[in-house]
Amino acid sequence: MTLTAQHLWLIPALPLLVAAVGAFSRHRGIALAAIFAMAGSFVLSCLALAGALQNPAAHAVFNFAWFDLGTGALRLGFLLDPLTALMCVMVTFVGTLIFTFSLGYMKEDKNFSRFFCFLSFFAAAMLGLLIANSLLLLFICWELVGLASYLLIGFWFHKPSAAAAAKKAFLTTRIGDLGLLLGLLWLSEAGGSLLFFDNGQGVLETATLAALSGQTLACCGLALSTAIGLLIFCGAVGKSGQFPLHVWLPDAMEGPTPVSALIHAATMVAAGVFLVARVYPLMSADAVLAAVPVHALTVVAFIGAITALMGALIACAQNDIKRVLAFSTVSQLGYMMLALGVGSWTAAIFHLLTHAFFKALLFLGAGSVIHAAHHEQDIRQLGGLRTRLKITFATFAVGMMALSGVPFLFSGFWSKEGILHAAHGWHVSHLPLYAALAAVVLTAFYMSRLVAETFFGKPRSHAADHAHENSAVMTVPLVVLAVCAVLLGFLGTPAYPWLQATLAGEAVHADFGHLLEGGGLMFLSIGLVGSGLGLGWRLYGKKLRQTAEAHDPLSTAAPSVMAALANRLGFDELYAATVGHLNDLLASLADKLDRYVIGGLVNFIGLVGLFSGSVNRQFDEDNLNGGFDAASDGIRGTGRVYSKTQTGEAHGYLRVIAVAFIVLVLVLSLSMGGAR
Amino acid sequence: MNCLLTTIILTPWFGALLLACNPRLSPRFSRALALGFSLTTLGLAAVAWAVFQPSASGYQLVEQHAWIAWLNVSYHLGLDGMSLSLVALTGLIAPTALLASWKIDRDPRLFGLLFLLLQGAALGVFLALDFFPWFLFWELSLVPAFFLIKLWGGPGASRAAYQFVVYTIGGSAFMLLGFAALFAKTGTFDFVALASLAKSGVLAAQLGQPVSIAIFVGVLLGLAVKVPLFPFHTWLPSAYSEAPTGASMFLTGIMSKMGVYGFFRILWPIFPEQLQAAAPVLTGLALAGVVLGAFAAMAQTDLKRMVAYSSINHVSYCLLALFVVAGAGIYTTHTEAAQAALSGALLQMVNHGLSAAALFFCVGILENRSGGRRGIHDFGGVRSSAPIFAGLCGVALFSSLGLPGLNGFVGEFLVFRGVFGLAPWAAFIGCLGLFATAYFLLTFWQRVFHGPQGPGVASFRDLSALEILTLVPTVVLMLVLGVWPQFLMSILNPLVTSWAARLP
Repeated sequence: MTLTAQHLWLIPALPLLVAAVGAFSRHRGIALAAIFAMAGSFVLSCLALAGALQNPAAHAVFNFAWFDLGTGALRLGFLLDPLTALMCVMVTFVGTLIFTFSLGYMKEDKNFSRFFCFLSFFAAAMLGLLIANSLLLLFICWELVGLASYLLIGFWFHKPSAAAAAKKAFLTTRIGDLGLLLGLLWLSEAGGSLLFFDNGQGVLETATLAALSGQTLACCGLALSTAIGLLIFCGAVGKSGQFPLHVWLPDAMEGPTPVSALIHAATMVAAGVFLVARVYPLMSADAVLAAVPVHALTVVAFIGAITALMGALIACAQNDIKRVLAFSTVSQLGYMMLALGVGSWTAAIFHLLTHAFFKALLFLGAGSVIHAAHHEQDIRQLGGLRTRLKITFATFAVGMMALSGVPFLFSGFWSKEGILHAAHGWHVSHLPLYAALAAVVLTAFYMSRLVAETFFGKPRSHAADHAHENSAVMTVPLVVLAVCAVLLGFLGTPAYPWLQATLAGEAVHADFGHLLEGGGLMFLSIGLVGSGLGLGWRLYGKKLRQTAEAHDPLSTAAPSVMAALANRLGFDELYAATVGHLNDLLASLADKLDRYVIGGLVNFIGLVGLFSGSVNRQFDEDNLNGGFDAASDGIRGTGRVYSKTQTGEAHGYLRVIAVAFIVLVLVLSLSMGGAR
Repeated sequence: MNCLLTTIILTPWFGALLLACNPRLSPRFSRALALGFSLTTLGLAAVAWAVFQPSASGYQLVEQHAWIAWLNVSYHLGLDGMSLSLVALTGLIAPTALLASWKIDRDPRLFGLLFLLLQGAALGVFLALDFFPWFLFWELSLVPAFFLIKLWGGPGASRAAYQFVVYTIGGSAFMLLGFAALFAKTGTFDFVALASLAKSGVLAAQLGQPVSIAIFVGVLLGLAVKVPLFPFHTWLPSAYSEAPTGASMFLTGIMSKMGVYGFFRILWPIFPEQLQAAAPVLTGLALAGVVLGAFAAMAQTDLKRMVAYSSINHVSYCLLALFVVAGAGIYTTHTEAAQAALSGALLQMVNHGLSAAALFFCVGILENRSGGRRGIHDFGGVRSSAPIFAGLCGVALFSSLGLPGLNGFVGEFLVFRGVFGLAPWAAFIGCLGLFATAYFLLTFWQRVFHGPQGPGVASFRDLSALEILTLVPTVVLMLVLGVWPQFLMSILNPLVTSWAARLP
């Protein structure tokens, strides 16, 4: 039994139904319904995957009219291929586990059912994004996941910091989304459609791609497809927390930790990577052109490389357990973008999938720590949890090794190797490779720092001292994710790259000779992982932190560097001083323009009307009445009029209108006379 | 059935007459009477919707009777998809606004009377096809609006009401002059006849270049003030913010549409060449409305003024779309883009009517609960005390900022789609307005509903059943139109297609 493209809508429909019910009911049973709906969607996704695997190279579509537009209709559609199906399976599987974990984590929250309503809404929008066969439908769902993210970051909306973080996330991603919207408009205009695949007419099919890459923009020499691709990439930069729009993601940690795990680590933030992978034929359509200033993918590669390095650097100086992981997510998303940029979208998706599991594991582990330690998130205040939270520690350690890329056993190793290998083979530049290699050391370093500070040594606060392992509803998801964080890597080893081949729609052969195809590069990166772990252990593991107030060994060594990193390199201040300032300036400018310039002009015209009216009145009264009294009345009236401008204006205007009426009558009678 | 349109217009006026003739009516009964007569529009609009044939070309349910023979004036009513959608919108917004005014204790009979007069006049504007009756309705709508603002408004209401009326009449005077001159040359006031004269080129020959430009400018001024088009908008923030909640809802929901409607019904068909020639300037002004309206809203601390400025931003999208299409005029080969822009503009009229009316109602609730305060810093944490209110207001806010899945997105997307096809630079600049709108609406939401509870917010009552009843129909329609725009497009699209085909 398989699921066809025509019935793909069932996958998001289940959680959407729960969200709709949850909008009206505050019954605690919503939570169980949400978990069952996600599990049901998981089953459906597996059926869809089975369908997609029958012919991995095909793009099965189901298109339909949304509404009439002109002589045609605006069409949307669903698309089933291995990329969609694998992503759906991942989202629903991780989603089910995180929903289950939330049962325990959110147990005491007074908006318990509302939380599951929002989570289900998020899942529905995310799944809709994945099955879209139209950039418009994708954009619609893209904005809706943004809304869900907004609602969930601000879930504890009574906290000003949470409310501010939610707004910041929405607005920062909206800057990118406007780029995506413009790209979408341009694509629709130039490509004549927004459907990805449509029997040869879709924008990702050869005819349209050739047309788009064949045109050059007069202004800058870019191919049209490059310009559109870069605008679409803006959306991905915003959503996936890429430099320079990464500033919202760390703040998004204000949301409950399961939200951070699901939305801001495993799924939504990876939507940018998915988007670029989805429109990859468009992004790479300019690759055949030699005489263009820049290729779209080159920009993607460099943005990814900068983000990977920057995120890893900042992560080394954070003290909040969730912020370390948040910057780690920024950095890992940079890796994925880098892979896309250097031409290996399958490596990017492989890393996306493995990362989803081990990062969800790490975040849920952090959630388990936070829940056990009474919402203490500062790693300097933790410590000694290794013995108190045994399951959490063991699974967190697996996640840490997967993220660091500990060789051979852990999934992160294989997916990261794929990216490094692709970056090595990129003919344009090796700079991204060097950035990625540097980030390998840093990743291993900050993760060993995190684990050492959190789990080793003595507990440095009352909360940490009294932490107890959480209930099974929270630990079982950790264990399942930990198992996946190991096993998933074997879907895409160089010896048997099933995942990459399936995504690309190719046949796959097992060849163990290729297992070590990375060769020197692989051993180099293993060495780097080792040195990162070793360095971290030397600085933080050998001499354990004794008190919460003790200085960080790196801060003592390089205080200014660490301060800058701890301050996230000052991006927030920079944006507040530039973009924020410009915004306020424009707002007050628009307000002033209204109040003084246009308002003043209107008053001036009013005064002119008033003046002519009063002159007219004086003239009339002088001539008609001829009396001194009447004239002085008129003058007095004028004075009164001037002193009370509000009603005066009205009189003045009304006089203008009276004059207008007289003129009208004249014109009419003249014309009637002429007609006769 | 041949007098359906007259019935639509006159029923509210009949209600007004009943209220006027019975000075001893109890407040309760006069409220109910006003609401009942206001609701008839919705019922009659449903009948019109049922008999309306979307695919048929031209006006339907036409009524035409000779009226003033020596002026060649006829009582000419007719309906197309655009009028129908606006009549239906009036049928929804007017009773909603009356429900929102349910708690007004100061002479509810007079309030209802004036309101029904206003409603009938607005309906007349959407249905009349001869300038003479059209202009009567147009001006008649001002009188009740003036008194509604002046008598039931806030502290600055008197000044705002005068400013509103004088400004609008000032504009109308030029329009009247323009039509007088037009009549002098052509001998007809009939929109349909004038449009066909314009299409055949006879009008241009009869008028000559300078006269036609003068007339065009006069009519343009009258309409521009009403919409309002930047920079003729300075009356709007004070009028909308000083008016009582119900009147603000009707002013922004329906009356601002009268101006936009006039652009589509009168200016574009009768003066296509002049509009095309003026389009670059007008496009600039519409863009200024989009961008500066949004940024000015950002600078407001009074929530009602903020929503008022956001109205300027939103109606400017409709005009932007029209001007861009008219500007492309006879040179356009982009029928698709023109169709998208025009559809977007028509949808946007309805969408803005829904979301702005709902937002004014929500601000009215805040004002009502807090004893008249409506500053953005006066609240905080309202969502904890009033979750239902927060939810419904949230839908209206997100509809206004153009979130996909709600109605606002479809209209704005189509406007941008069309504008991008015909004048890409305008779409790029317009995006600034989209960002600024999101910025101030989210600021509104954050300051009022989130954060720690402000003074007095803890005792903030959630919506009463009556208030829920007021808000729910518009909110439901926001969702329906966002997910299933075909509902409206089925009556609008044939019209748009015929318009776009008219562009040679």
